[in-house]
Amino acid sequence: MDLINNLTLGFGVAFTFQNLIYAFIGCLLGTLIGVLPGLGPVATIAMLLPATYALPPLAALIMLAGIYYGAQYGGSTTAILVNLPGESSSVVTVLDGYQMARKGRAGPALAAAGLGSFFAGCVGTLILAAFAAPLTEVAFKFGPAEYFSLMILGLIGAVVLASGSLLKAVAMIVLGLLLGLVGTDVNSGVARFSFDIPELTDGIGFIVIAMGVFGYGEIIQNLSHSEEKREVFTGKVTHIYPSMEDFKRMTPAVLRGTALGSALGILPGGGALLAAFAAYTIEKKTKLKPGEVPFGQGNIRGVAAPESANNAGSQTSFIPLLTLGIPPNAVMALMVGAMTIHNIQPGPQVMTSNPELFWGLIASMWIGNLMLVVLNLPLIGIWIKLLTVPYRWLFPAIVLFCAIGVYSTNNNTWDIWMVALFGVIGYLFIKLGTEPAPLLLGFILGPMMEENLRRALLLSRGDWSVFVTRPLSAGLLAAAFILLVVVLSPSVKSKREEAFVEE
Amino acid sequence: MLIKSEKDFFSGLMFTIVGGAFAFGATTYNIGTGARMGPGYFPLLLGIVLAILGMIITAQALISGRPGGDKIGAFAWRPLCFIIGANLLFGVLLGGLPSIGVPAMGLIVAIYGLTLVASLAGERFNFKEVLIVATVLALMSYGAFIMLLKLQFPVWPTFITG
Repeated sequence: MDLINNLTLGFGVAFTFQNLIYAFIGCLLGTLIGVLPGLGPVATIAMLLPATYALPPLAALIMLAGIYYGAQYGGSTTAILVNLPGESSSVVTVLDGYQMARKGRAGPALAAAGLGSFFAGCVGTLILAAFAAPLTEVAFKFGPAEYFSLMILGLIGAVVLASGSLLKAVAMIVLGLLLGLVGTDVNSGVARFSFDIPELTDGIGFIVIAMGVFGYGEIIQNLSHSEEKREVFTGKVTHIYPSMEDFKRMTPAVLRGTALGSALGILPGGGALLAAFAAYTIEKKTKLKPGEVPFGQGNIRGVAAPESANNAGSQTSFIPLLTLGIPPNAVMALMVGAMTIHNIQPGPQVMTSNPELFWGLIASMWIGNLMLVVLNLPLIGIWIKLLTVPYRWLFPAIVLFCAIGVYSTNNNTWDIWMVALFGVIGYLFIKLGTEPAPLLLGFILGPMMEENLRRALLLSRGDWSVFVTRPLSAGLLAAAFILLVVVLSPSVKSKREEAFVEE
Repeated sequence: MLIKSEKDFFSGLMFTIVGGAFAFGATTYNIGTGARMGPGYFPLLLGIVLAILGMIITAQALISGRPGGDKIGAFAWRPLCFIIGANLLFGVLLGGLPSIGVPAMGLIVAIYGLTLVASLAGERFNFKEVLIVATVLALMSYGAFIMLLKLQFPVWPTFITG
């Protein structure tokens, strides 16, 4: 069995004492920052990225995986305890999770989220390992035209999932693509939109954008609300572990959520958000058992299902990233940037040229998940304590970590000026009601898209029909088109708006 | 004409202007043809697309608005200025401004500066409390970033270390 061999190889590399320590540190730091209200996984990962700079590639990836899962789990914790979704995919967790917390059942809610996520993560890892090899084969058949079409499909997919106006999300993607083009053009060597500033010829750093827009923008927005408005559950969380009854109820929900999440996560465009929404909707449709709390009032299934779906989805969304090199969502886009810093260009070639790294990464994801359950669940009390720290002490620390993180990427104050600029821009985005996640995705994909478009058209001698005459490319574009038509059709449109209004 | 959705109207305007600016900037580079794309080709294309999208969004904001009017609301100038200001001050203190002769003060001074200014963004400001927070942050940062991670930072003012 190839699968077993590959996984053994991966675990062999990842399961060293040193790497486990890195996974643990990553998980701890990720949760520590992720649990802070108003900081989603994107800002958390961007902020913690400098901590991995000094490490060898595999150790860095393992730590990143830990940070990633920690940040996600931290986000769920905030969602449940503070009624503040740190990221879009934990929006539905808030609905029942917060109600559970209000009824003094914050512990079981957090445990359900953690255990559900762990199970989903295990399944997701297996699927990832099973699909990675065959998909990589397909990836090698891809030419520039196919890559271009695939990116279009991915971007359309991402837009469909953005809440709010479709057009605005498309515009944000295009804006991101344009920002990604700033800097030296690889083909002609022309420094584009650099205004003769030497630092800009290297392009805008993705950490600068991620931290400015997601970090500073959010902090400013948070501070504009009065402090009293936020309600934090700081009461003692005594019963952490769910009762037998809870287990009985959440198990089928976890299974359903995992299945749904794994399937939706593979779709380009990133399924974590869609998966969480869909899982919650399905749970809501199933009949309530006698004596069960209705949804929206603290049903444990309403926490377990979306959280497992979300985690399974984020796990399988690594598939397009690792096999095709195309990030399906903003967090993955950030991971691409992180890997590039460690000289790893995600894509089909990683698996063939560097199998230890590839399978080691997959194994490390599982380890990251495990760390979460083994170490984070017992530590829930500490995370809750952290939420009692007044925000007026926390935000200077967040600002500081952002500033230090940005500076340490290049050891240059230029990045500090840039992050200030993007902080202002990020706040402006919030005020204008435009979602920044598609921007980050477009930003990472910008240079890739241009390169593939250029190559495709060079090969076809300027004939644009190449995108529809090559069957694979035509299929991908058709899928993108269908996706758009479906979303724009009146019945789905109203449903979609309904779903996002529920937030 | 009445603006139905302020948010959409102004974001559309922003997209149009930024897209137009990118498209205009792209024309100063070699555009080339489809088969031989110059550095200006893709940005020009995207700039035009963005400008058109922006115009559609603006137009829609005039025709149909979502319920509630979608007002932009007041800007939170206080947090905006102090957070961004704290960040800028951190940069100046950390690295100095050689062009106008401001010396680099190093990480520790920069942390105190940042914490002080950032704290002004909040509703309550207690000088003693801020000093404690800054000291804790300085100690933590020194331990984590300088000693453990060994990141390259100027820690102390240059006129002391020389």
